[in-house]
Amino acid sequence: MTRYFSRRLVLSLITLWLLATIVFVITNMLPSDVARTILGPFAPQESVDALNQRLGTDRPLIVQYVDQIRKLVTLDFGDSFVSQRAVLPQILDAVGRSAKLAGLALLITIPISIAAGVFAATRRDRKIDRGIVLLGVTSSSIPEFITGTILVVVVGVQLKLLPVLATPPPNADVPTQIRYLLMPAVAMAIVYFGYIARMARAGTIEVLGSDYIRTATMKGLSTTQTMRRHVLRNALIPTVAVIAVQIGYLFGGIIAVEKIFNYNGMGATMLFAAQHKDLPMLTAGVIVIGIVYMVATLGADMITAWMNPRIRLDADR
Amino acid sequence: MIDVTVTPESIAAGPVGPTQTSERSVARRETIKLLLRRPAFIIGNIIVIGWIICAVLGTRITPYDPFNDFGVGHQPPSAEHLFGTDRLGRDVLSRVMVGARDVLIIAPLAALFGVVAGTTLGLIMGFYRGAVDDVLSRIVEAFLALPVILVALLALVVLGTSPIVVIFVVGILFTPIVARTVRSAVLSERQLDYVTAARLRGESGWFILSREIFPNVLGPTVVEMTVRFGYAIFTVATLSFLGVGLQPPSPDWGLSVSEEYSNMIGGIWWSTLFPALAIASTVVAVNLIADSLQSVLNE
Repeated sequence: MTRYFSRRLVLSLITLWLLATIVFVITNMLPSDVARTILGPFAPQESVDALNQRLGTDRPLIVQYVDQIRKLVTLDFGDSFVSQRAVLPQILDAVGRSAKLAGLALLITIPISIAAGVFAATRRDRKIDRGIVLLGVTSSSIPEFITGTILVVVVGVQLKLLPVLATPPPNADVPTQIRYLLMPAVAMAIVYFGYIARMARAGTIEVLGSDYIRTATMKGLSTTQTMRRHVLRNALIPTVAVIAVQIGYLFGGIIAVEKIFNYNGMGATMLFAAQHKDLPMLTAGVIVIGIVYMVATLGADMITAWMNPRIRLDADR
Repeated sequence: MIDVTVTPESIAAGPVGPTQTSERSVARRETIKLLLRRPAFIIGNIIVIGWIICAVLGTRITPYDPFNDFGVGHQPPSAEHLFGTDRLGRDVLSRVMVGARDVLIIAPLAALFGVVAGTTLGLIMGFYRGAVDDVLSRIVEAFLALPVILVALLALVVLGTSPIVVIFVVGILFTPIVARTVRSAVLSERQLDYVTAARLRGESGWFILSREIFPNVLGPTVVEMTVRFGYAIFTVATLSFLGVGLQPPSPDWGLSVSEEYSNMIGGIWWSTLFPALAIASTVVAVNLIADSLQSVLNE
């Protein structure tokens, strides 16, 4: 297990280095002049030069690249162009607030979609299965901000059931916070329902067709017993991986949802940075989300290895 | 008397032309028949074709001028304005109809870019294996860790916002995802006998790749193209909503939602809801088509 873990960890670190390189390439893709991008086309050349010098963007690319990697290793992403304060604490605060929203969304979507997927698999090709598959395709294809908009119109404005803005009053207790976060969380939960349910369904169908399930049925286990003891554990292995991948996407979709519900998390921070061309903030944001994704997939790999001894034993051999 | 009329069917059925092509066309006809039996495929196509008609005919079929007809702002839906009017008094129905145009040009081009680049990469990775595959696989993995919307945001800030840049950025971000799908399809094809036969005939690697393997991974590629098209609409709409996609005065749906959503709280829901529903209907329709193709072509 340790060997398996350390190998996955090394691969993750390589991926992280490549990710930082890709981000560096993107920000330097054009013969673009960072200060010119910030100041606009009408700024005099002297101010552009002065700003470039202050930002360090007038140095040779290789020096800047080494600098970027050093920032990644020391987790010091420099100061924001706008607030002049260190970028990382601001991003971590924002990630924390977004994590509340994302966590609630996952808490809603994971049990419902796994239940729906497994249920659909046991009723394969019947009407209810077709219905769940169709619902999954529909729900996962609609962007979060569209679902959010429709929810605001129906639940918030017409029915007046839930607050239309997600930011709770200061010092609100947990139930109030959940009440405020519920609508944006549901908007996100709907998108992930499709992916997770589809995976749970596919995994269950595959396991149901296997020999050991036939054995279990033939030795006289009831359907509930077979499901609980033999099917679920194996069927949910691919689902765990999908959930981990979704955590990365979650932080992409959250930007639009936070805008609709006026919530001050990662999305709002990134949008503000984009509007003000705050490149250190955006770069750090992409890399931090990359790290979150990496940790999530690493965690998923660990859970998968724990659920399926074949994987960890293979790796140890 | 002998009837000598020759029906088209008798020609088609006769031993004319090489059998290989007729076998292939029979298979193709069979696939189309299977697809047409799926209600999801038909409904998806009707919706997409409807939006394409709106995009092509544009202002010729809209009830009002979507750009220059400034009436009374924020009128609720009525017999005169079925979807109401927006903040500048423009007819929402007309703008929603014309709003199909930009996204239906940008999204397919972005998807095409991603699929062409991704398929090429996937073919090379899967066929040549070895060090090239190892290095490219690592890079693909790193790309998959990138949050698409956030990276697009970063790239559009650096490069400036224009439709070409949106196509380019979204296409590049889709490339590794397509490459991974095509790679795994190639991996299972390259062990088959027909590839060995071509090798023994002494065909070049490039010939085997383009003439032998590629036609056999066309199914997953077509599916991937449709799936990517759906995601491209999803992504472009989200980027427009975030203000880095299409720019005013485009009647683009995502942009319209972005311009109007703050009025929802005041009860003015029509100017946001209808463009939102237009996006929803299009992405759902494309995904219904993709899903049908997937189950028919990959069965």
